[in-house]
Amino acid sequence: MMRFLLLFSRQGKLRLQKWFTPMSEREKKKIIRDMTTMVLSRQPRSCNFLHWKDLKIIYKRYASLYFCLAIENQENELLALEVIHRYVELLDKYFGNVCELDIIFNFEKAYFILDEFLMGGEIQETSKQIVNRCIESSDMLQETMEEYMSKPAF
Amino acid sequence: MSDVVEKTLTALPSLLSLDSQPGSAKLSSTSKLGNLIRGITELTSKHEEEKLIQRELTSIKDQVSSPNTSMRQMKELMVRAIYCEMLGYEASFSYIHAIKLAQQGSVLDKRVGYLAVSLFLNESHELLLLLVNTVLKDLQSTNLIEVCMALTVVSQMFPKDMIPAILPLVEDKLNHPKEIIRRKAVLALYKFYLIAPNQVQHIHNKFRKALCDKDPGVMTASLHIYLQLIKENSEGYKDLTASFVTILKQVVGGKLPMDFNYHSVPAPWLQIQLLRILSLLGKNDQSTSEIMYEVLDESLRRAEMNHNITYAILYECVKCIYTIQPKSELLEKAAKCIGNFVLSPKINLKYLGLKALTYVVQQDPKLALQHQMTIIECLDHPDLIIKRETLELLFRITNGQNVTVIVEKMLDFLRISKDDYTTIDLVGKVAELAEKYAPDNEWFIETMNTVFSLGGDMMQPDIPNSFLKLLSEGFDSDEEDRKLRLFAVDSYVSLLQSEPNKLPQRFLQVISWVLGEYSHLSAELEPATVMTLLSKLLDLKHTSSETKSWVLMAMTKLCEGGVAISVAQDIYETHSSSMDTVLRQRAQELQHLSQDSELRGRVLPRDAGLMPLEVDSSLSFLDGFVSEALAAGAAPYKPPHQRQEELAQAKALSLEPYSLSLPISMSSCSIADRQSPTLMSMSSGLSGDSTDLSHKGGSTTLKLDGVKRVWGREGYLAQREPVEETAQVEVPSPLRSPSQQAEADSTQSQTPTPTVTPELEQDKQQLASSLFVGLGSQSSVCLMGKSDPTPQRFRRKAQGRASSSGASEKTPTSLGSTPSPVDNLLCNSLLDSNLVSEPTNQTPQASQSLDTTNGNCHEELTDVKENNPSLIHNNEEPDKPKDLCLSSHLPTELSGLSHSEITPLCSNQSVNLSACHVQKEDSLQLVIFIFNSSDSALQQMQLQVDSGELKLSLITDSPVEEVRSHSVAVCHYSVTVKRPSVHVEVLGMLSYQLPGGTPQTIQFSHKLPLTTFIRPLTLSTEEYGSMWLAFSQDTKQNLTLINDDQDPLTTTLNVLKKKLQLHVVEIIGVEGIVACQLVQDQPCLMHCRVHAGTLAVWLRSPVPDLPDCLLYHCQRALQEH
Repeated sequence: MMRFLLLFSRQGKLRLQKWFTPMSEREKKKIIRDMTTMVLSRQPRSCNFLHWKDLKIIYKRYASLYFCLAIENQENELLALEVIHRYVELLDKYFGNVCELDIIFNFEKAYFILDEFLMGGEIQETSKQIVNRCIESSDMLQETMEEYMSKPAF
Repeated sequence: MSDVVEKTLTALPSLLSLDSQPGSAKLSSTSKLGNLIRGITELTSKHEEEKLIQRELTSIKDQVSSPNTSMRQMKELMVRAIYCEMLGYEASFSYIHAIKLAQQGSVLDKRVGYLAVSLFLNESHELLLLLVNTVLKDLQSTNLIEVCMALTVVSQMFPKDMIPAILPLVEDKLNHPKEIIRRKAVLALYKFYLIAPNQVQHIHNKFRKALCDKDPGVMTASLHIYLQLIKENSEGYKDLTASFVTILKQVVGGKLPMDFNYHSVPAPWLQIQLLRILSLLGKNDQSTSEIMYEVLDESLRRAEMNHNITYAILYECVKCIYTIQPKSELLEKAAKCIGNFVLSPKINLKYLGLKALTYVVQQDPKLALQHQMTIIECLDHPDLIIKRETLELLFRITNGQNVTVIVEKMLDFLRISKDDYTTIDLVGKVAELAEKYAPDNEWFIETMNTVFSLGGDMMQPDIPNSFLKLLSEGFDSDEEDRKLRLFAVDSYVSLLQSEPNKLPQRFLQVISWVLGEYSHLSAELEPATVMTLLSKLLDLKHTSSETKSWVLMAMTKLCEGGVAISVAQDIYETHSSSMDTVLRQRAQELQHLSQDSELRGRVLPRDAGLMPLEVDSSLSFLDGFVSEALAAGAAPYKPPHQRQEELAQAKALSLEPYSLSLPISMSSCSIADRQSPTLMSMSSGLSGDSTDLSHKGGSTTLKLDGVKRVWGREGYLAQREPVEETAQVEVPSPLRSPSQQAEADSTQSQTPTPTVTPELEQDKQQLASSLFVGLGSQSSVCLMGKSDPTPQRFRRKAQGRASSSGASEKTPTSLGSTPSPVDNLLCNSLLDSNLVSEPTNQTPQASQSLDTTNGNCHEELTDVKENNPSLIHNNEEPDKPKDLCLSSHLPTELSGLSHSEITPLCSNQSVNLSACHVQKEDSLQLVIFIFNSSDSALQQMQLQVDSGELKLSLITDSPVEEVRSHSVAVCHYSVTVKRPSVHVEVLGMLSYQLPGGTPQTIQFSHKLPLTTFIRPLTLSTEEYGSMWLAFSQDTKQNLTLINDDQDPLTTTLNVLKKKLQLHVVEIIGVEGIVACQLVQDQPCLMHCRVHAGTLAVWLRSPVPDLPDCLLYHCQRALQEH
């Protein structure tokens, strides 16, 4: 099972956080601090896996953004790496050539995509088409896409 | 930019992109969030950012509380609040508005509302209760999106005790026409199962339906639940093996829609999930393993090495192949796969290869030998993670010959590691290896010194405990013991002489104990010298008061001779006025005992470590004092509960439902009560000395059986009696057979194999030879567990029965474990028979066998009742003639009582093990039959049983050591529960030797349902009332009511009474109170009330987990009815 997913920039600025198990604010803060320092201090050509307490941290850098996923000890590290990659693919498909700015300015969309992809710390849907269809249909159900895009809510 | 991203970005040029604009163009320049973000990026200092955010938050706060804010604006405000929180600024004022938004907004606004709630609140937040209604409403909505959102938020965070409110709605969704809803519902139920298994157990059969869903997504989701269920009890799901294999075959064969492909690999997540389930099912089960060989072979073949995801599948395949019963061709292929991993230039794969090697190396040490050069390279890898993983691998292949090299490597790593978690873990491993394989005394002591220095004060307390225990108990030869202790003393003296201020507290405590106990062994060491060294520790600034009392205790043992006494006097003067009462007490003792050497000799006898001591637990030596006090007019002592009662009676009006209000557990009452028959009064050699001091002295030499902790939470106690408690700590000693012991004796006198410390840079080959020495020879030995060709150096003296029951913490992998039938059918009965008849993948045999086990079920469950002769009859059916003959071997004191069915535990060509249990008033009696089916006698037999949840004590007088051919030996245990759990398990291992053969071991596990430990607790309503309020652990839940034409409450309670042996205290109107106890003296009370057609029960007990477990069995019992 996955425990949490963090997205942060090269400067250590948090961009997205998802906690799959209940955690107190203090723990969250400590984890975010630990993760950013640990991951950012890694050498470029080293392995993508880390140990943290009894968890394994799988991280990967995409452009300026670090994706950092914590899994339980008995889980498969390579698979977790692919979970990250699939999420990036999904973001890319939705935003079209996704970049860090997309995630900063539309972070709630990134959360919605994540919620369609993972649920309760497990993979929910591995089919890219289906995830996107879900996001789209919920986007469109309320108002048509054009309407939504031409009248940004904020 | 990494090449992967580049590929991703070019390969997916917004195929399905909803808007043609590139992402960044979407930022509206007028967007307030956009402004905020831009504003922040332009700032230069943290201080400015803080000011900006505070301003922002104030403006958000004003707007959210204004009644004119529309939901749409609210959504926008929430997004900004989320952003501020993400930056680490609190926006708690917005939480309530997030809930409001989720409640009242349109679908799109709602989504943001739910998102904000899930980011802001956590499971225990009080506002979450407000969300329950919203979720309820949305679950009933006809809008799919709303239902989806509700299910998502439910699986993300939902208060545990509110689950029953929405459970029926979520269950309904399992039948929803839309697969996405079904999938989410399954995952939500999975989440419920994880946080509150009790509440979803009644829907297990619906999971089965989900497994057979026509949509692969729903089926995949249900596998999460199955993996969990099978992890907990693999026996119950063996019948599904064929179905899982078929699914995997179809997936591997590409039968799923293309949609599920990931980088042209068919549904990798699904494949891996299935492989994990299969490995759990096939573990220790030949016939089940055989079903899966073919598909595993297929998976290995299909997974072509080209992408990370296929490596992930391969890794899981390899693990599965090495977990299930071995098949040589598959093992060969798997080994080749591991080779590919290890030799890969990609560092991630290398890491995984090392992990795989670590996993399989116990079964196939030759594999490590094959890759030795790679392992050596990894040992020097610049990446610490790789290095750490390599050490893990080396830890598994350590033996007597390579231990020095491997431990050296581990210590090297410890010196550079900064991570506490790693340090604690590694220090424990080094200590374990040192204890197991130490080649000589010097090395052992020096290694342990390093362990104590590096491990510091965060290491597991059982390391120093077991070290001290090892020293004090000694080994087989007195001469060796003396040498080891002497060496320890010498090395500690030199440590103290150099730089004691750098040593951690734990180490100082160990040092002072050893010096206090054994420094007399050294002829040239004057007690005064040691005293002076120790007294320096007292002056160090950072020495904790706990350590100080260890030091003072050691000094008390040493103060002999003129100089020492004067040192003691000095110490007394400085510490007699200490603020710390413990230290003051210690100083007093030191002073007194240094004056009176005769008393000291009696109180602190030398080498007393192993002398059994008697305890006067009734404190009879105080009788004189008590009678004197009584004569002088003191009030007689009343135990606390009695005082309580009187206090309660004095109250005119009790507003509490059950009179009493002070939390006092029953067990503590019975201990406090001196008249209690449960306490044995033992004669005490010390009872004559009635001075305060000798009482103290007596307690320092007490040997309290069952005292486990030395550095426990009761710090004070530990400080008072550090020495003797240490000696008492039960350390799990590895299982061993007597023959190994004999070997040990012969090799112990030999000089240790000289191990080379190679210079790494010069010759890795040399390192390889020292690391991998002794690996090749053992490749043929048993597949399970580590086999050491070299015997352990440090083995404790055989300690009769105590050691056999306290053995091994390693969970023995049960070779031929057969679960008790009760268990089997409990799980099988989860399946609904009408589900089986639905078009599923199950074979007809499966459903048949299901029915038959269900049939047995009633027998077994009812058998729980005591002394029912007709049931014995049922159990001993004609097809079990062996039962009859085994039952004649029951111990005489049990022969009159009814016993459970005799279940086979495991067997091999020479022995058959079976077990049965007999319920007695105060305990459960477990009888294990060892039937020797071979033609020669079994010798040097040792049966060791252990359980995390149970306390087992051997009743048979002396352990059986030999069984003649075709005869039966019986081991009889009395069992009580230490820690309740739904099913408790006894793990055991039998080691024996056939004449002229090698020693053999056979492992087994035996499950007992908790119900066999439940006894009625007869109470009056008043007693019930007084106990009710004293108990702290409680659980509430609704149970189904059995609706007969008569009074449903009475009927239901009678069913429970009959099946679980509960005692119905009283039934008043729609309420009933019931009591029971877990043997021995672990009461549990149950309050039942009929409410809206269900039975609302409320359980309380002083024992954690007991209410939950009992509830589980109540549910079961009612369901079975």
